[in-house]
Amino acid sequence: MIVNPNFTSAAYLISAVLFIFSLKGLASPTSARLGNTLGMVGMAIAVITTFFVGHNLIMPLIIGAIVLGAIVGTLAAKRVQMTKMPELVALMHSFVGLSAVLIAIAAVFNTVESHTSVQRIELFIGAFIGAITFTASVIAFGKLSGKFGSKPVIFKGQHLLNLVLALLMLGFGILFYLQGNQSAFLIMCGLALVLGVTLIVPIGGADMPVVVSMLNSYSGWAAAGIGFTLNNSVLIIAGACVGSSGAILSYIMCKAMNRSIIAVMLGGFGAEAAVADAGGAQKAVKPGSADDVAFLMGNADTVIIVPGYGLAVSRAQHALQELTTKLISKGVNVKYAIHPVAGRMPGHMNVLLAEADVPYEQVVEMEDVNNEFGQTDVVFVIGANDVVNPAAKKPGSAIYGMPILEAYKAKTIIVNKRSMAAGYAGLDNELFYLDKTMMVFGDAKHVVEGIVKAID
Amino acid sequence: MTDLLTMQNITIFVLAIFVGYHVVWTVTPALHTPLMSVTNAISGIVIVGAMLQTMTIDANTLNLTSILGAIAVFLTSINIFGGFMVTRRMLEMFKKKEPKVTESKVTEANH
Repeated sequence: MIVNPNFTSAAYLISAVLFIFSLKGLASPTSARLGNTLGMVGMAIAVITTFFVGHNLIMPLIIGAIVLGAIVGTLAAKRVQMTKMPELVALMHSFVGLSAVLIAIAAVFNTVESHTSVQRIELFIGAFIGAITFTASVIAFGKLSGKFGSKPVIFKGQHLLNLVLALLMLGFGILFYLQGNQSAFLIMCGLALVLGVTLIVPIGGADMPVVVSMLNSYSGWAAAGIGFTLNNSVLIIAGACVGSSGAILSYIMCKAMNRSIIAVMLGGFGAEAAVADAGGAQKAVKPGSADDVAFLMGNADTVIIVPGYGLAVSRAQHALQELTTKLISKGVNVKYAIHPVAGRMPGHMNVLLAEADVPYEQVVEMEDVNNEFGQTDVVFVIGANDVVNPAAKKPGSAIYGMPILEAYKAKTIIVNKRSMAAGYAGLDNELFYLDKTMMVFGDAKHVVEGIVKAID
Repeated sequence: MTDLLTMQNITIFVLAIFVGYHVVWTVTPALHTPLMSVTNAISGIVIVGAMLQTMTIDANTLNLTSILGAIAVFLTSINIFGGFMVTRRMLEMFKKKEPKVTESKVTEANH
C-alpha cells in the first residue's frame, strides 16, 4: 500500500507524543489510568501505521502473531500475583531484548535490503544491547523466582573474562561493519548473549531491584537502536524515554541502598557481608505478645507502620489493612512509611498495599515521613530490617550512609520478625535492643491477626 | 543523505532523552512499579521493526527474515498486551477507596 509518507510520519509522531503523555500521567494515581489508555492508543496508531508503511508485508502471519501474543500477554497480566511482578517485568525485558536481536538478524539476512556502513553500526548496536538484555533478564528472572538460586556466582578472572568477551564482540562487530559479513554478525550476537550471562551471575539477590531497573533501561536503548536502523522516530523517541526512565530508577534504587552502580554491576554484595555477623546476636531483647501490641496501639495517638518484604512473604497485607481500619475507627492516626527498597522492585510495596485496599493517602514516602518519627507514639516495623537500622548513621558501618526510616526516634517501637536472623546486609540491628523496643516474634500474618482480635 | 538522516536521528534521540528524563522525575515514587510495566509495554514499540521484516522476499513467503520477524512480532505483542494490561490492573488498585456503593456511582458518572 502506498500512502503519502508525510501522513505516516505524522501518525508516528502522534503515537510518540501519546507515549510521553502516558508516562506523564503517572505523576499521580488519579491521572495514571488515563495515561495508560493514551499509551495503548499510541501503540495502536503505531501498529496500524506500520501496515501502510511496509512493503510486501505478510498480513496473515503478522496478525496471527499479534493475536497469539495478545492472548498470552493478557492471560499473563490477569493471572500474575502482585508479589511476582518483578519476575514478570524481568521476563518481559527479555522479550524486548530477544526481539531486538531477531529483528537485527532478520534485517542482516534480508536479501532485498542493502545496508550502508552507518546502518551496519546501528544494527550492531541494537543487536548487542538486545542480546545482553535478553540473557541478563532471563538470569535475573531465574534469580528472582528462585529457579537459579539468588547467591552471587563469583570466580577468579571474572572481570577479565567479561573484558575479553566484550573486546571479541566489538572485534566481530567491526568486522561486520567493514565487510558486512553475516557470520561475523552472528558470532557477535552469540558473544553478546554469553556476556549477558557472565555480567549478571555475580550480582546477588539483594541487588535485584537495581538490576531489574537497569535492564528496563537497556531494553529502551535496544529499541532506540532498532529505531536508528529503520530511521523511525517513534522507536527512537519511545526507546530513549524508556532508557532514561530505567536509568533514573536504577539511580534511585542505588541511592536508597547506598550502593554505587559500578559496585552493583561488578557484583559480590552479600557474599562477604553474610559472614560479618556471627557472634552479635547474644544481647537481650524485650519480647512481647500480640495483646501487648494491641494495648499499646489502641492507646496511641499516632502509629506509623513500616512494612518490609517479610510482610508480603507471609501475605499479611490484608490483615494489616484490617488492623489499620480498626485503629482509625478508634481515632488513631495511622500511616504507612515506605522505604524505596521495601519490595523487590521500585514501588513494589506501594502496589502490594494498594492491592490490600490501603488508600494511597495513608502511604507516605521516606523523605516525607522521617521528621515525624520523633512525635510518633508507636512505630510498628513488620518484616523490615536493614531499612530501619540506625547503624546507617554510624561511620564505619557496612551500611553507613544508607538512607533509613528513622524509626528509632519514636516513643515506642514494636518489631515483628520471624526470628533474630539478620537482614540482607547481614548486620545486627541495634534498634531491636533498645529499651523502648518490643520484639514480637512469629509469622507476620499470625501476629497481625492476633493484634486485630485483641483490639476491641 | 544517509549521514544527514543519521544526524537527524541523533538529534531526535538526544532531545527525547531530555524529555524522558524530565517526565520520569515527575512520576510519583508510589507508581514506580506501574512505571516499569508501562515502559515495558512501550518498549514493545520494536514491533514496528518486527512487522517490517515479516515480508515476502522474491515471492517467498517463508524465508529466514520473515520467520524471525514473525517470532519477534509474537514476542513484542506479548509485551504490549501484557505490559498495558498489568499496568491497568495495578492502577485499578490505586483508585480512591470510597465506600463501595458510592464508588460504583462515581465510575458510572465518569463514563
